[in-house]
Amino acid sequence: MASLTAFQPSTPKRDAIIMAVFAAVVLTAPIWLTPIGASYPDLLQRFAIFGIFAIGFNILFGLTGYLSFGHAAFLGVGSYAAVWMFKLLTMNVLVAIAFGVLVTALFSIVIGYVCLRRSGIYFSILTLAFAQMSYNMAYSVLTPITNGETALILETADPRIIDRALLGDAKEALPSPSLFGLELTGYAAFYFCAVVLILAFWVSLRIFRSPFGLKLLAIKSNQNRMIYTGYNTRPYLLVAFVISGMYAGLAGSLMAITDPLAGAERMQWTASGEVVLMTILGGAGTLIGPLLGAGIIKYFENIFSAVGKTQLSELFAFLPDGLNEALVGLMSLFVGEGWHLTLGVLFMLVVIFLPGGLMEGIKRLTDWAKSRRQGGETVGDGAAHQPSE
Amino acid sequence: MNKGKTFTRRTMLKGTAIAGAAMAAPTVFTRGAWAQDFRNDPGDSSTVTLGFNVPQTGPYAEEGKDELRAYQLAVKHLNGEGDGGLLNTMKPLSLKGNGILGKKVEYVTGDTQTKSDAARASAKRMIERDGVVMVTGGSSSGVAVAVQSLCQEMGVIFMAGLTHANDTTGKDRRRYGFRHFFNAHMSAAALGPVLEAEMGKERRSYMLTADYNWGWSVEGSMTEVTEKIGWETVNQVRTPLGAGDFSQYITPVLDSGADVLVLIHYGKDMVDSLTQAVQFGLRDKQVNGKDFQVVVPLYSRLMAQGAGKNVAGIYGSTNWHWSLQDEGTQAFVKSFGQEYGFPPSQAAHTCYVQALLYANAVEATGTFYPVEVIKFLEGFEFDGMGNGPTLYRAEDHQCFKPVLVVKGNENPTSQFDLLEVVNEVPTEQITYPHDLYAGDLGPYEV
Repeated sequence: MASLTAFQPSTPKRDAIIMAVFAAVVLTAPIWLTPIGASYPDLLQRFAIFGIFAIGFNILFGLTGYLSFGHAAFLGVGSYAAVWMFKLLTMNVLVAIAFGVLVTALFSIVIGYVCLRRSGIYFSILTLAFAQMSYNMAYSVLTPITNGETALILETADPRIIDRALLGDAKEALPSPSLFGLELTGYAAFYFCAVVLILAFWVSLRIFRSPFGLKLLAIKSNQNRMIYTGYNTRPYLLVAFVISGMYAGLAGSLMAITDPLAGAERMQWTASGEVVLMTILGGAGTLIGPLLGAGIIKYFENIFSAVGKTQLSELFAFLPDGLNEALVGLMSLFVGEGWHLTLGVLFMLVVIFLPGGLMEGIKRLTDWAKSRRQGGETVGDGAAHQPSE
Repeated sequence: MNKGKTFTRRTMLKGTAIAGAAMAAPTVFTRGAWAQDFRNDPGDSSTVTLGFNVPQTGPYAEEGKDELRAYQLAVKHLNGEGDGGLLNTMKPLSLKGNGILGKKVEYVTGDTQTKSDAARASAKRMIERDGVVMVTGGSSSGVAVAVQSLCQEMGVIFMAGLTHANDTTGKDRRRYGFRHFFNAHMSAAALGPVLEAEMGKERRSYMLTADYNWGWSVEGSMTEVTEKIGWETVNQVRTPLGAGDFSQYITPVLDSGADVLVLIHYGKDMVDSLTQAVQFGLRDKQVNGKDFQVVVPLYSRLMAQGAGKNVAGIYGSTNWHWSLQDEGTQAFVKSFGQEYGFPPSQAAHTCYVQALLYANAVEATGTFYPVEVIKFLEGFEFDGMGNGPTLYRAEDHQCFKPVLVVKGNENPTSQFDLLEVVNEVPTEQITYPHDLYAGDLGPYEV
């Protein structure tokens, strides 16, 4: 576990390779996800968006060890801000993203300033309280801004000042979010999210490799020692918190771009819990882990939840009747409405056997393969380890 | 470090170039294809897929499960299996019982979780991945409005399930959205005279409202009607959806001086709040020298079943009830009962009818092209579906048909015989001008 999250010096060349492979994998996702039935724009967009969310969360949790239980609030704030930009100014997504991230940054400065006065469980509870407060306010006193349960949606009668000034009066139909005239729907929206994800990943990589990242890791390993060596840790923590909040705001505005609607549900504590699960499932403190976790959870939520008895019986049709029925009966507990159960079991298995998340599993596999290649010898010193990315 | 930067930048450039090319490719294909074609055209395929998007979890899950049963039954009947149900009584009828336009009907399901976000995600999955020609279902107006506007953007017809807010076919009406279910305005218009006759002109009402577009719209319509009778509104309190415990909202009712409680809750929320209201002794109270009364504007048998004996003597309105004696109702109750062993709820009924209406419109126009189907449904008049003669109004895609005022049965004869129909309010009494709630349907072609 420790070796997973330790500061890992890397060469620029290796980082460039990581970036190139990463970009290639993300951009070809529509192709390699087809066999598992996950290659349709909406789910692809979700993979990218929650990937960004988890990467951002990991900057706070993975590097500093501060477990925020209220990150969904930033996601929601980003969404609301972006939709308001669509309503008031323009359908151009860059404006929406800029405003969404800006508002989230301000919001996270306020929340971070208060919450970071405590650490450990108290910090978690404070962030949870703030997020739940935002959620309840979105449903009650803030309904003029959030439109409550009905969710904030676009209307033909919205002002859209800039669009109207430039393009004249709007058409009869509702406009879609666009990037200078290119309508961002379907695959176009996915590729846009994918490019943003690659950029976000690159920034996160730079942070992991930077002296700033090292200081954050030092705070995680022993904050007192940091303080004794003369560092004031709070500004570093606050910056990490704000960056992580901005990532969430970015993910939130992307959610509003791919689907111009903002509902308060995405601020609920379950949504905050989800990103914690994603990060832990994939491997906290690793670069790729949170992305893996996000992908797996979203895959379960969207694909497993839609599998029914009929698909199962088709799958096991080759088996004899009695066995087929028994197997379908057993398996149907784990699909459809039971997808939470499957996820729960998987999560338990990972936490018990691979405390470092799926990335630890991958690392163990590569180590094992390497030791086999070297004729049973154990791999040399720590520096020779394949870093977890 | 320097070297690293140039490398990374070059990689970034490459990545962006690839992304740019990839972004352009799909738009080139779809743009040209749009004019001739429409989304999810089944073409020469031997099957056609419908999307059933219903709440399977959350406060309206019971309704959602019954909706799904109805849809599965509708698919059977469309494919010529079973006893044919309402295919035997619907007039005019184009369906032949061999699927839709000779294509076998298949379906996919999704869970809306009674959340706008989740409902849109599962509707998108159906449209983008499963290639459905029509999305239907839902048991909440928040969800209906959200999915309806998504379907408009996607160019896929949405046949709304149970949604009762005025907004669905009022402020938020859409060209691609259709609603068979009645709405808050109709409920209030139907309930008004009955409440006046049963409870008199001098009443003080207290409203507990589910805090989303449906609740707001029922609250508005009920206030308007009751104040016209001469009632006074003491207070209107908004409660969150799925609260579970409503005691903190019910205690203040006792001291407010109100003598009527209007419970604008639905599904499990209504079961919870009504049960708690009865437990708090509201029904046995005398206020201002009158018996304390409870009114539930949108009633359903499923809710009555959940609340048990507590519903006795409580007034409300429904879209349809299984005990009606017309030909259509009897045919539907019979085939639903044979399939599942109990009578259908109003949610099941409206969903079943919506699925058939869509299929019939496609069969009649001879194409799945949504624009033609929409034009056929606009102003479509039909009968024999359990509600008597019904009109799909062209201007707002709202169905107009009689509304039932019901009362909780004091002496039920079975576990399903929980509501008795007090009055079948004729269509004329509940009709309103289509521009009363201003809205814009939007274009045919998207």
